[in-house]
Amino acid sequence: MRKVRRVLAVLLILALAATCFSACGKKSSGDDQVVYVYNWGEYIDPDALDMFEEETGIRVIYDEYETNEIMFPKVQAGAVAYDVICPSDYMIAKMIEEDLLQPINFDNIPNVENIGSIYKEMSEEFDPGNKFSVPYCWGTVGILYNKTMVDGEITSWSAIFDEKYADNILMIDSVRDAMGVALKYLGYSLNSTHEGELEEAKNLLIEQYPLVQAYVVDQVRDKMINNEAALGVIYSGEAIYTARENEDLVYVVPDEGSNVWIDSWVIPKNAPNVENAEKFIDFMCRPEIALLNFDYITYSTPNVAAQELIEDEDIRTSKTAFPDDEILHRCEAFVYLGEEMDEIYNAKWEEVKSGQ
Amino acid sequence: MKNKKRHSLGQLLLAGPYTVWMVGFIVIPLFLIVYYGLTNKSGAFTWENITAITSAVNMKALWLSVELSVICTVVCLVLSYPLAMILANSKMKNSSLTAFLFILPMWMNALLRTLAWLTLLENNGVINTILTKIGLPTIHIINTPTAIVFGMVYNYIPFMILPIYNVLVKLDKNVINAARDLGANAVQTFLRVILPLSIPGIISGITMVFVPSLTTFAISDILGGSKILLLGNIIEQKFKTANNWHAGSGLSLVLMVFIIVTMVISSHYEKDGESANVW
Amino acid sequence: MVKLGKFFKGLYVVLMGIFLYAPIFTLIVFSFNAGKSRAKWDGFSLKWYAALFQNQTILQALYNTIIIALVSSLIATLIGTMASIAMNRMKKLPRQVMMGITNIPMLNADIVTGISLMLLFIMMDFALGFTSVLLAHITFNIPYVILSVMPKLKQTDRHVFEAAQDLGATPISAFFKVVLPDIFPGILSGFLLAFTMSLDDFVITHFTKGAGVDTISTKVYTELRKGIKPEMYALSTLMFVTVLILLVFINRRRDRQNEAQKI
Repeated sequence: MRKVRRVLAVLLILALAATCFSACGKKSSGDDQVVYVYNWGEYIDPDALDMFEEETGIRVIYDEYETNEIMFPKVQAGAVAYDVICPSDYMIAKMIEEDLLQPINFDNIPNVENIGSIYKEMSEEFDPGNKFSVPYCWGTVGILYNKTMVDGEITSWSAIFDEKYADNILMIDSVRDAMGVALKYLGYSLNSTHEGELEEAKNLLIEQYPLVQAYVVDQVRDKMINNEAALGVIYSGEAIYTARENEDLVYVVPDEGSNVWIDSWVIPKNAPNVENAEKFIDFMCRPEIALLNFDYITYSTPNVAAQELIEDEDIRTSKTAFPDDEILHRCEAFVYLGEEMDEIYNAKWEEVKSGQ
Repeated sequence: MKNKKRHSLGQLLLAGPYTVWMVGFIVIPLFLIVYYGLTNKSGAFTWENITAITSAVNMKALWLSVELSVICTVVCLVLSYPLAMILANSKMKNSSLTAFLFILPMWMNALLRTLAWLTLLENNGVINTILTKIGLPTIHIINTPTAIVFGMVYNYIPFMILPIYNVLVKLDKNVINAARDLGANAVQTFLRVILPLSIPGIISGITMVFVPSLTTFAISDILGGSKILLLGNIIEQKFKTANNWHAGSGLSLVLMVFIIVTMVISSHYEKDGESANVW
Repeated sequence: MVKLGKFFKGLYVVLMGIFLYAPIFTLIVFSFNAGKSRAKWDGFSLKWYAALFQNQTILQALYNTIIIALVSSLIATLIGTMASIAMNRMKKLPRQVMMGITNIPMLNADIVTGISLMLLFIMMDFALGFTSVLLAHITFNIPYVILSVMPKLKQTDRHVFEAAQDLGATPISAFFKVVLPDIFPGILSGFLLAFTMSLDDFVITHFTKGAGVDTISTKVYTELRKGIKPEMYALSTLMFVTVLILLVFINRRRDRQNEAQKI
């Protein structure tokens, strides 16, 4: 009987805890207005979501992914129907081709006029006619290095293949980005479909494997701030944040050129709440909201009205946040290469990762 | 006659829900894995997904998984047995409380605890900072197989301590005393009496440590810096990133065969199902 | 000699204790860290505890975790106990078949169980979400209950049940008055085992969860990449301290009862 009482005590407390937390943990759900948002991890200011919920009464059901490749199968399988997703350029092209997206009715998104026309032009590459996407963030891929841990200034991708920095390199753990970096260093297009070039890039990455401390995507941020490594391949958006936390960190787009990317809002074909999705996208295009998000996630915003609102002049004119034409000229956007090519890229990357 | 009918109706009502559940959520899903594992994207039969295990990448991952999980199991056993013995023999009034203290860590989220090891073991982590301060050489094990084994041992050692402790604590002290009275020394008593009697606990400990460490993907992810791929990582990637369910299912089937073989071997030794009982 | 042995035994227990508690201690320390960083100490602060109770997503994940664990282990206990009673009365062959299948989720790798259930839900066009996670948890919880109840049932004397009926009790009241008290410890330990397993599960939830449904485990896994929010450390600390206090409290009471019994 002792055992019984002891267990009852445990259950009682758990039940109490559960009711308590259910009381404060559950959001008020009076009506059924919801919007399912699927976004990159840490890619929005939670306050912006709260403000949206408060203003519209639409509950945001929010989910996160780490890479485009993780997001795609979930959406394709259709096991979860999302209303708004934020994929990158080449993935949008793939989703358009797979017929997973629906054209956006821009009449319901008046704030789209805040998006700079140059970004709409850039979007033409993967979304001809700007029918399916609304730009949310953009940036470049480059090297983040710690001034105190490297010799002199870094200007070339060669640094991340340099034995000098063995065990001090953080490589990006994403197929297209990693292969793209290698291809660019070798002087090829990062959209290469040439077997010989890809093989060369693969071999370069295999040679790099012993030098790499870890393959990471988002963790690069914490590791660089904590001085765990000298160099890391990183998205430009993280550079502002990391420089804020550790002033020895410098971001550079290497001379050989790199990738310029755009992440845009899209509405999948099977979205159950299209109207709410439009409201959500429109809300995110407001200058104040775009600024709020920029301050929080530090990824460059294509919202020109928001760009003007940035108070800190260093950031407003920062080449990291808003690279000039000279840098952009060196950069190339990813193009969707087709399913067969995807598989070849994946197989090559798998070989690299297993350290063969 | 009437009574018998009643009996079978009752039997049906009792067994019914579970039978339906079992078929729907255990049997059918397993057949789905077999189905996906033996077909390709267009639905035609193929052995390709199974034979994929022989590719260099997968073989390396499989071999590494087996190697690391065997090391982990052995380390767990070697560390747990003395501990379980000390705890079981301790004359402490609260020996069950002491034993519980070794289970308590399981109540804190496993991923968080593993992450904490990352904080501790990193090149500039807590341990190295302390080592540097007291003038000792630093350790560099993060992102190596050693770190993964470390994480596995840490996560699964309670599953080894418990069953062994449960067996030892129930061991009839008279048997041990009898052995001593008959002239056996401490070593002989251990080897001839205590160890053989605790085999069931050891076996269930081994299976409970070996299987999860063979199939983990989260620990290798966190402590291996995504640089070291175990079979679990490859399967997870097939489903979550490469979006190739057929290849993932094929490898899962291979993994299942491995586990079944382990089970058959261990059930050979295990006489009565002495599973770990936390309570 | 004996003293030395005792010293080494004590030392060994302490060292193992340090091994098991070092990361927990680290997490607790960092829950009081004023800074956000995982690696450097920026001074003492309670702000993450305050932030925790403002953080809807973490509270929601905690709520999901507790509700899923509680509901799944309750349902599993009910279904599992019923099945155990039925299986106990079965002939050898069907019983062995059922026990064999019951063993599958216990012995199989979590990743395979999770994937097989995910495939099932997707094939059935069943939206992945709270319910799918709950169903998955019930599935892997039932075996723990059966494996805890079955041994107790084997120990109970069948004749007692029959004798009660001979003495005029209906099967149902005979069950509640005679059998249930006997197997209750088994049911209880099955329930608690199921509850613990559900609470700690990551892999199966990872594969069967849908949009916006997170448990503590899956939330941590997502946050691992961007850096864990310190609120999470605060939450774990609170949970850990709660269990610890509960344990000490229960043990105290038990000791007192033991002493009372001795007198």
